[in-house]
Amino acid sequence: MPEEKTNYMEILFKGIWTENPVAYQVLGICSALAVTVKMSTSIVMGIALTIVTAFSSLLISSLRKQIPSNIRIIVELAIISSLVIVTDQILKAFFYDISKQLSIFVGLIITNCIVLGRAESFALANKPLDSFLDGIGNGLGYSLVLVSVAFLRELLGSGKFFGFNIIPQFIFDAGYQNMGLMVLAPGAFFIIGLLVWLKNSLPGISKEER
Amino acid sequence: MGDLFSLFINSVFIGNILLAYFLGMCSFIAVSKNVDTATGLGFAVIFVLTVTSPVNWIIYHGLLAPGALSWAGFPDIDLSFLKFITFIAVIAAIVQAVEMVIDKYSPLLYVTLGVFLPLIAVNCAILGTSLFMVERNYTFIESIVFGAGSGTGWMLAIVSMAAIRNKVKYADVPKGLQGFGITMIIAGLMAMTFMMFSGITL
Repeated sequence: MPEEKTNYMEILFKGIWTENPVAYQVLGICSALAVTVKMSTSIVMGIALTIVTAFSSLLISSLRKQIPSNIRIIVELAIISSLVIVTDQILKAFFYDISKQLSIFVGLIITNCIVLGRAESFALANKPLDSFLDGIGNGLGYSLVLVSVAFLRELLGSGKFFGFNIIPQFIFDAGYQNMGLMVLAPGAFFIIGLLVWLKNSLPGISKEER
Repeated sequence: MGDLFSLFINSVFIGNILLAYFLGMCSFIAVSKNVDTATGLGFAVIFVLTVTSPVNWIIYHGLLAPGALSWAGFPDIDLSFLKFITFIAVIAAIVQAVEMVIDKYSPLLYVTLGVFLPLIAVNCAILGTSLFMVERNYTFIESIVFGAGSGTGWMLAIVSMAAIRNKVKYADVPKGLQGFGITMIIAGLMAMTFMMFSGITL
């Protein structure tokens, strides 16, 4: 049915752009920043988080009538931790190098406010399929922010894109230098701040409350 | 002794859990509007970190690490993949226990710290410290010092941020940058100042 479809698209799109979890809801920036020095790690992190959010929303939403409300947090945490353990094991098995670079930050998906936040605010009150899409939408929105920060940091910080040098040599000869600051922690803070500024100035997006 | 002192200084300033590893950002942004509440939350974090880090050390090295179960006759078992779920359960349980103990024996402290304790259970700084402790192979004593140091560094960052945000109220910040945007930029400047300490070797 076409009407149903637009509804699903809206749920998906809401998480990706209009109510983007990082910039709008100010959630989940914990682990968003430490892995953004390089594109490859941030993309893997984004995929891992999207999968965990989507499946935790799906599971929690399917169980929402069975979970007693006074112990719901612990049930949610148990579901999320199990999914994170599975993700971590898969990463270790198939992408060992990247999993080493992500170090503890895969584990920190458990305490990532986005996963628990979507479970609390959406999955507990909606149908499984809606919640699954909501999880995917929010996960992709998070990945979008992560990847744009990583793009800027890798480009400005080390002049690379996915590990390839893309700044031509003659620009360096003309006196251009990589910005060491971008590779370090402060660079990530500045970029997030500036991205939020850009996003708040664009039309058609719900404004952040002060 | 000197090693422990340098580990402490290192975890407070150079490897500041918040400004260098971005852990505990959620509550850092949400609770840094007022110096008093920030101080309260800071003390709660120091307290919980100093307790959870060594407890998780004991559990990891006594039950989960590869070969840790050899005392029970299972030298080949490696349960380290269970560390995420174990640590988060330990942290939640300790936070709950601390809350009850404080409530019973020190109502005054409970009034100041009590409201923050549930918040702390899902603070990434707590889980992150335990995971770093495993990843960096700290000894038991080091895990206590590292926990206390990380907590102190976190508190230092959130209290100074609250103080700066108090002043920013009177500044004329561009409209789109107000609120979250300017907070991130201030955090960036703070991270730069904290990096100055990385020249210090003890």
